[in-house]
Amino acid sequence: MAYAQPHPRLSVVSNSSLSSVDHLSPTTSSTRFSLPSAPSLHGAASIVKAGPNRPNIYERNLNKTRGAEVSGAAFAFLFSEIVQYTQKRVSGINDLERQLNTLGYRIGTRVIELMVWRAEGSSKTPKREIKLISVLMMVHTQVWKAVFGKPADAIERSVENPDEYMIIDNDPPIERHISVPRDMSQLSCSSFTAGIVEAVLDGLSFPARVTAHNTPNPQFPNRTTILIKLEKSVLDREELLK
Amino acid sequence: MAIYGLWVINKAGGLVYQRNFADGLAPLTSNEYLVLAGTLHGIHAITSRLSPVGSSSGVQVIEGETFKMNILLTVTGTKFVLLTSLAETTADTVLQKVYDIYSDAVMKNPFHTPEMPIRSEGFDTRVGTLIGTGQT
Repeated sequence: MAYAQPHPRLSVVSNSSLSSVDHLSPTTSSTRFSLPSAPSLHGAASIVKAGPNRPNIYERNLNKTRGAEVSGAAFAFLFSEIVQYTQKRVSGINDLERQLNTLGYRIGTRVIELMVWRAEGSSKTPKREIKLISVLMMVHTQVWKAVFGKPADAIERSVENPDEYMIIDNDPPIERHISVPRDMSQLSCSSFTAGIVEAVLDGLSFPARVTAHNTPNPQFPNRTTILIKLEKSVLDREELLK
Repeated sequence: MAIYGLWVINKAGGLVYQRNFADGLAPLTSNEYLVLAGTLHGIHAITSRLSPVGSSSGVQVIEGETFKMNILLTVTGTKFVLLTSLAETTADTVLQKVYDIYSDAVMKNPFHTPEMPIRSEGFDTRVGTLIGTGQT
């Protein structure tokens, strides 16, 4: 199983596809993916166009959420390029899904940090979710709202396996314009979302393996299930807390 | 009033999408469609240089005795062609909506290669919902 080896969380380029990356990119992977360097006082204007009334992105208030939404169309184009870029550098659907998961993971770590800061930062009695059910509900409602602007449609517990939970989205915004060709029907681009969920759960010390699966029905052809398989340690701890 | 067919022609003159809706047109082989699309591409290039007053975007409607050919040229050079009956008045809005759907379901789809034939389920479904069987 791929997960037996250390998950390449913090490097986008997985070890398995290093050879293909090497000949495709002349630069090293770390420079390809590095974030724009934080602007120095002198260089700020040249990197981000900051007008008098428009502070640049590094100086914006973290708690200000109104008007901070990004354009759905712009995101759709970006995500489409991400999928195409990733697809060129992997071998097979599983590898592609794992890579998207890794990319989502990097977002998830930031989502949980920002969400906790916004919700608890100004609170006099900051708290942290420690119960499994409230953590899952938080993912279902707050994380989805923070990332997609709407709560997920359902959350279910697997009947057969007590360590499996499912979050269901009837129409995932990131997949709205994507038509997966028939020969790749296994692929779910929501692996990206699964990565976000995995990072959030990890960040709250609920380690789990999260995967995405297409579960279409006649009414919602894009319906997607995010399957959360919790690690045993989480369930053992839940027992102790009861 | 009826919408007979829809073509999408890429900027090189290749037919990347062709679909019939209502009956009423002579059935053609896929090769003949390709030839017609290429010819139309050439005619369109000529008509855009024929205008006696300044520049022109090229032919927009070709009318025959039994049908009308409505052409929408986008800024990127892709052409949308709608074959309709003479009485059809909604062609312009339908073409605009098809262009909307194309931008969403084709251009934002990571599995589509630009300038190649359109094989996107989302585009098929949404065009189907828009035009239906072609009868208004």
